[in-house]
Amino acid sequence: MSIADNIETESDIGLSRTGKQREFAGSLAMPHDYFVLLKPRVMSLVVFTAFVGLIMAPGNIHPFIALVAISAIAVGAGAAGALNMWYDADIDAIMSRTSNRPIPAGIVAPVSALTFGIFMAFMSVMILGVLVNWLSASLLAFTIFFYVIVYSHWLKRSTPQNIVIGGAAGAFPPVIGWVAVTNSIGIESIILFAIIFVWTPPHFWSLALFRSDDYKKAGIPMMPIVAGNRSTQNQIFGYSIALAIVGVLPWVLGFGGITYAMVSVVFGMAFVYFAFGVLRMSPSDDEMKPAKKLFVFSIIYLFALFATLLGEALWTILL
Amino acid sequence: MDNIVIKVTRVEDERIELNDKQKKARRARNIAIALLLGLLVVVFYFVTVLKFGPVVLERTL
Repeated sequence: MSIADNIETESDIGLSRTGKQREFAGSLAMPHDYFVLLKPRVMSLVVFTAFVGLIMAPGNIHPFIALVAISAIAVGAGAAGALNMWYDADIDAIMSRTSNRPIPAGIVAPVSALTFGIFMAFMSVMILGVLVNWLSASLLAFTIFFYVIVYSHWLKRSTPQNIVIGGAAGAFPPVIGWVAVTNSIGIESIILFAIIFVWTPPHFWSLALFRSDDYKKAGIPMMPIVAGNRSTQNQIFGYSIALAIVGVLPWVLGFGGITYAMVSVVFGMAFVYFAFGVLRMSPSDDEMKPAKKLFVFSIIYLFALFATLLGEALWTILL
Repeated sequence: MDNIVIKVTRVEDERIELNDKQKKARRARNIAIALLLGLLVVVFYFVTVLKFGPVVLERTL
């Protein structure tokens, strides 16, 4: 045996590029793909509800600081979305609704999405803390933690109550908007939180009813898969009645005007009507039209209530 | 002889050659980062002025 036979070669670790470096340098991801990671549609709802909380809050805030606050809340929510996409890339690839997201589509590398999410989360919290106030920044940090760790990591794949508890993350923005102005958590902001919190189950379960095959394929224990369609339909109806009641509370407690009273009552009744349609639907219905109608209406409902509160608050400010 | 193992480190040309599409994407990402950093500078400047008010301009020469 010659010496040459015993020579082992290896690349110099210090000089060779790792797979991740190659992946990033050769990425075809455009800025828009990173923007998609922020879940723009969810972000628009966050901006809207946070803005309502901010405008309704008593006290003054400079318009530019308000703009900074809303932007930071939006970016924080987006960062949570990016981290969620990073964590859920495996199940996103299976579900038809999410398979074209940047990570499962192979446009953005998982490590890039993770880095981006952590950086944006950190920056949004720091900017809100330094430029607005630290209570709102703490709430934003908690919201990101709740969405990524409690919802995405802990609840989503383990319990059919995932979106019930996880709904808290989506309900925080109006509270943060309120706190950005007052530096305290008022009862009004808690009611706004409650409206979104109670709205979340019927909204997502109606989606889960007509997308149950997708969720089943991905192994997510959504309510229709674990408890069956009938039980989900009953629970949707129960939550819808609770929502119709909670929706009127701003008027009952005096921070919603007469216009809000009418809108919340009419839309609350309509919500229960659509939920009743879901309740009457056959659990084996293939088309699930009532569930689709409720899903669409639930978005209109939330928008209508918050838009009315916003309109009334702006009206008061302008007068 | 059998117990001697010589390890040789081979330094390879590991430079990454990007194609045009990758270069275009990298340039777009770099511009986006630059714009965001610029925006942050502007935001911090204006918020500093807003928070301190005209006092920020008062200093002994």
